[in-house]
Amino acid sequence: MTASGTPASTGPASVPHLDVDPFDMAFFADPYPTHQRLREAGPVVYLDRWNVYGVARYAEVHAVLNDPATFCSSRGVGLSDFKKETPWRPPSLILEADPPAHTRTRAVLSKVLSPTVMKQVRDRFAAAAEERVDALLDQRSFDAITDLAEAYPLSIFPDALGLKPEGREHLIPYASVVFNAFGPPNELRQQAIARSSPHQAYVAEQCQRDNLAPGGFGACIHAQADAGAITATEAPLLVRSLLSAGLDTTVNGIGAAVYCLARFPEQWQRLRDDLTLARNAFEEAVRFESPVQTFFRTTTREVELSGATIGEGEKVLMFLAAANRDPRRWDQPDSYDITRRTSGHVGFGSGIHMCVGQLVARLEGEVMLTALARRIARIEITGEPKRRFNNTLRGLDSLPVTITPA
Amino acid sequence: MPAITFIHPDGKSEHVETSGGESVMQAATRHGLDGILAECGGNAMCATCHVYVDESWLARLPAVAGDEDALLDGTAAERLPNSRLSCQINITPELDGLVLKLPERQV
Ligand code: HEM
Ligand code: FES
Repeated sequence: MTASGTPASTGPASVPHLDVDPFDMAFFADPYPTHQRLREAGPVVYLDRWNVYGVARYAEVHAVLNDPATFCSSRGVGLSDFKKETPWRPPSLILEADPPAHTRTRAVLSKVLSPTVMKQVRDRFAAAAEERVDALLDQRSFDAITDLAEAYPLSIFPDALGLKPEGREHLIPYASVVFNAFGPPNELRQQAIARSSPHQAYVAEQCQRDNLAPGGFGACIHAQADAGAITATEAPLLVRSLLSAGLDTTVNGIGAAVYCLARFPEQWQRLRDDLTLARNAFEEAVRFESPVQTFFRTTTREVELSGATIGEGEKVLMFLAAANRDPRRWDQPDSYDITRRTSGHVGFGSGIHMCVGQLVARLEGEVMLTALARRIARIEITGEPKRRFNNTLRGLDSLPVTITPA
Repeated sequence: MPAITFIHPDGKSEHVETSGGESVMQAATRHGLDGILAECGGNAMCATCHVYVDESWLARLPAVAGDEDALLDGTAAERLPNSRLSCQINITPELDGLVLKLPERQV
């Protein structure tokens, strides 16, 4: 637990300074010892590598998420401060906005992705999950990332949005750029942005009204412009939010759940014995793996947080993943337990920006895990899992498995 | 501290002691009550903390807000005139003795 004392000129002396880089490859390979170091160093820490404050305990992460007036999003939820740097793309109208602007756009997406809408798409999502299991049972041995965690959301989400069939191969690469871009100017971010223009061009085009099929989430957003809730120029950018945040996140969420259930066969057995646990098995995987690992906020004023004074205009890095395993909040935080009371985890965030697509994610996770557990007796990992590296998203690149039919 | 009675769909009742400054949902989950999921953790985004308020208490609760009203349309069990989201009910001393029925399902 070294908290090296760096001169106060590079950050307040009262806060422990750490020399860790939470965006380098060694960290991504095994973040857990560093998460613990960050939590134990203090309620608020300072990361000299990127000149940012950090919070890794549950209480402080929750507090920052729930005080958007002090810890704002409009200056970017990545390391880049939009007040000082030009954003790499036009800012999001929801993720990178504060009230009152956020309140208006948020209401639109909440309506488009409401529990009522989920009831309407549930049967379709469930049928597609069954079809995916049909295909996997034919294959027996496959890559659980490509053939399951990616294939399933790709088989439903672009259609639910109303996207054209052509060009969908841009979707995951685009999301990967978006989530890399929240990170610091490291190689991951620079390379992602350098290669982003074809993906950006595709996405900008698909967000236009004419390219979105009637009845889909995208068309519903444009219809909100007719109703006067947003302007016609805002609608495409709100569609863009679903293209950015709606696919790769669930790929990593489903990937996390399958990886957990394959690693912990006793939990798989519990799920098989009681399929009603499927939804919570997914939720617990979101807590346990935290597919979205971090987000930043920027202070709008000087503020005291758990004894630390943070000046105005400072970036604060929230370690959602570390909060989700904080022993101050969770019993046996490092065990994956599908019967755990998961309510309160911050894998989807908390407060006004808490994931607006959480119901879509849970629905996908629930129906996919239900279909798998009903028809598959065993999932065995048959090769070395390979990690996919991203500044914000945590997940695998490949997970070779063999399944035994029930 | 105010106490709340939850009545399960099978008719069994469960008594929950609350502490100050929390919502009905928070008191229920802290107590380990089955039947309230609260998937969004109280952010009025999931509708899985649905309860039916005992008729005699209905008028004593603060009114349903706009976002709660919209979410109640999406509850898994039928929405009734006495439906509420328990994360939107803050416990005050006047609510001592509140009686809430739990729906058949939350998802
Ligand atoms: C397992 C899957 C998912 C995870 C782990 C996840 C995680 C998150 C997190 C942590 C936030 C909070 C951001 C912040 O506080 O700054 C968020 C916001 C958001 N998510 Fe998700 N998400 C998932 C799936 C989805 C899906 C399926 C959609 C769209 C259908 C979506 C759309 C959004 C949007 C638009 C926001 C911004 C909301 C706002 O700023 O008010 N997400 N998500
Ligand atoms: S806990 Fe989600 S709406 Fe009440």
